[in-house]
Amino acid sequence: MKSFLFSAFSALSATVALVLACASLGAQADHGAQYSQTEIAAGYRVYSATCVQCHGGNGDGISGVDLRRGVFRRAASDEDLARVITTGVPGAGMPPFKLEPTELTGVIAFIRAGFDQTVSVRVGDPARGRTIFDGKGACTTCHRVQGRGALSAPDLSGVGLVRTVGALQRSLLEPTSAMVPANRPLKIVTKSGETLDGRRLNEDTYTVQLLDGRGRLRSLAKSDIRTLTYATASPMPSYGSRLTSEEIADLVGYLASLREP
Amino acid sequence: MTLHAFIRPLLVLALAVHAWSASAQVTADRLRRASEEPQNWLSYSGGYASQRHSLLRQVDPGNVKNLELKWVLPNQVFGAWQATPLVVDGVMYVTQRPNDVLAVDAKTGRAFWQYRYTNSPDARVCCGANNRGLAMLGSTLFMGTLDGHLVAIDAAAGRPLWNVALGDPALGYSVTMAPLAVKDKILVGVGGGEYGIRGFVAAFDPATGKELWRFYTIPGPGERGHETWSGDTWKTGGGSVWMTPSYDPALNLTYWGVGNPGPDWNGALRPGDNLYTDSVIALDADTGTLKWHFQFTPNDTYDYDSVQVAVLADISFRGAPTKTLMWANRNGFFYVLNRETGAFLSGAPFVKVNWASGLDAKGRPIKTPQPAGSPTWPGNQGGTNWYSPSFSPRTGLFYLSAWEGYASIFRSEPATYVPGRNFAGGGHTVVTPVPGAPAVRIGRYSPLNDWTDVVGHGAVIALDPQTLQRKWTFAQYDVTDSGILTTATDLLFTGGREGYFYALDARSGDVLWKASLGGQIVNGPISYAIDGKQYVAVISGNSLYAFGLRD
Repeated sequence: MKSFLFSAFSALSATVALVLACASLGAQADHGAQYSQTEIAAGYRVYSATCVQCHGGNGDGISGVDLRRGVFRRAASDEDLARVITTGVPGAGMPPFKLEPTELTGVIAFIRAGFDQTVSVRVGDPARGRTIFDGKGACTTCHRVQGRGALSAPDLSGVGLVRTVGALQRSLLEPTSAMVPANRPLKIVTKSGETLDGRRLNEDTYTVQLLDGRGRLRSLAKSDIRTLTYATASPMPSYGSRLTSEEIADLVGYLASLREP
Repeated sequence: MTLHAFIRPLLVLALAVHAWSASAQVTADRLRRASEEPQNWLSYSGGYASQRHSLLRQVDPGNVKNLELKWVLPNQVFGAWQATPLVVDGVMYVTQRPNDVLAVDAKTGRAFWQYRYTNSPDARVCCGANNRGLAMLGSTLFMGTLDGHLVAIDAAAGRPLWNVALGDPALGYSVTMAPLAVKDKILVGVGGGEYGIRGFVAAFDPATGKELWRFYTIPGPGERGHETWSGDTWKTGGGSVWMTPSYDPALNLTYWGVGNPGPDWNGALRPGDNLYTDSVIALDADTGTLKWHFQFTPNDTYDYDSVQVAVLADISFRGAPTKTLMWANRNGFFYVLNRETGAFLSGAPFVKVNWASGLDAKGRPIKTPQPAGSPTWPGNQGGTNWYSPSFSPRTGLFYLSAWEGYASIFRSEPATYVPGRNFAGGGHTVVTPVPGAPAVRIGRYSPLNDWTDVVGHGAVIALDPQTLQRKWTFAQYDVTDSGILTTATDLLFTGGREGYFYALDARSGDVLWKASLGGQIVNGPISYAIDGKQYVAVISGNSLYAFGLRD
């Protein structure tokens, strides 16, 4: 294993790794691949017997690599991943692995699914996905991508870095079950009587920071707040009945390609 | 030459001599009687009893609101800064990651020297390039390194004197704890519990680095406790030691917390109790001979390292004068032991616990393993962890940083030992209400808090060792990895990931003062004095801050 601890905690190499990762991204979703639950489960078995030793249970055991979130140093496409796995990375401590073809396909599927064995993930064409995002899906009514769209829901410019494709698909089909607590819509009534709706950006024992419904960054002392409530249901509708499964796959492909750090 | 011009060089000389003599010897006797010089902070835990209780009285509940920033020492590297500084006669010695040492004027924060140790590229650590501090004996500093060495450093010159290897870094051996100087020896233990090491602690000659004794935390064939392992599992049994021991000079015993067994999460791969993992061991300071042990978590499958600092206190326990050892364990239970014999006196959960339904008469947990996929309280990071607690002889209370409402879903997987590779046998995630969504990460990686009360939160809690009940709770929104300092004026200093530095009333838990320093506080505050002025120092984020009363 490479001297993980120094690279892991050196800002310089972290930046380099990030730049490399970003440079190679975008291509990830170009393959238009589909990964079945069977393949993913097979990949899990390979991963937990082999890869986990260095890459860890969460896939982020090696500096600059986060397998679950599709952050790689030397790979973009599925073909790249297969090459790295079968030839290894001489000098960086990764040995070559001799896997059966189904094992190799499986472990790539497991990585692409973000280690989520509970879903069949289908990743479609990002370009078509973008058209749906801006058009039929009307996603920009609430979401923003690279300065385009509204702000009442989370900015998605980097969502491909922080959500697995499995979680992205789930977000489109079951928005409430996929809403992480940090994104729960926030409603605040201040002691002076002002009502604020928005999204929590940060919070501590004494203060809360939010983006309010009018796009303003607000920071409030909790001592000035009368009530602070988080909604547990997502205001986003399910797209399972609004879009075809092809269109969902394309949207997943597009969202996975959004990797502004 | 005027008289003035004549005298000035003499004054300078006198000051220089004063400064030189002031930075002289930290004798074994001084370390034993550290409480008699509260202006200094001579060892990691501020004294052999590890109470982190300062006898300085200048800052008190009445004037604490007048604390102001005196100086800041910015760090040049990134990542959690877990060190506790030493302060010896006006000079502060502090480590920064990975293995730098700085000597600093504790009055102004201006640096005298910096020593940078270059680690072997073979070094590997599970959880960050951490170093928690130094020991000092005579005029020499002692630091453990990430590549598993012990280094002696000339405290005046900032230059290395000797350097010995404790274990092979390519096999995962490392040192992150601050060593402890006891009499004529330097005591230290090895980390690497996630790499299938065989843990040990050892004593070294401060002059030469010669190893004087070694005690394996995993007993080998023929040794007592070996029967708690099956087959060859002891060879990769873990039992790392990554926190500083405590010491009772009267009993001549050192008290060490021992880490998790290996592999971490698959207990079926190592049937038996797995002594002395997740235990406190009492070792003779001269010989390293085991006097007694007490195991908190037999056959651990939760990574409940028992590396917490043992707090020693002579108290009237339920009416009888007792030499106690108090321990708030990562497994969620608080224990009071007799530190002469290791006998269990009492114990109870201090946070929600469901991995055990309680403790039997001998303090052994009555285990209640949860079904696969179900949450286990406390979670992997524990009800508390390595962050130093404090005991105040004045209030009689034990203070600690706890994680409340925090659970993990553990998974057990096959594991094959490969030298130098992670040997975990499973893993864990925090309980997230969103299946398939990325789980909240355990550490704090930015000024943004992605923890919410859905996952858990931090608190300072004050426990009464007589009743095992909470006296008070100070809740924080984010979790906290801060150590705790109490003072003889009933102040309690602590921090947390949110970057607030607090002075609480040690009797009530009320916030008397706070400073918003911004960076996570993942270390223990200390107090010291120079020229009659008391300072309180803490590391927040990448800077060390020293506060004192407004002039």
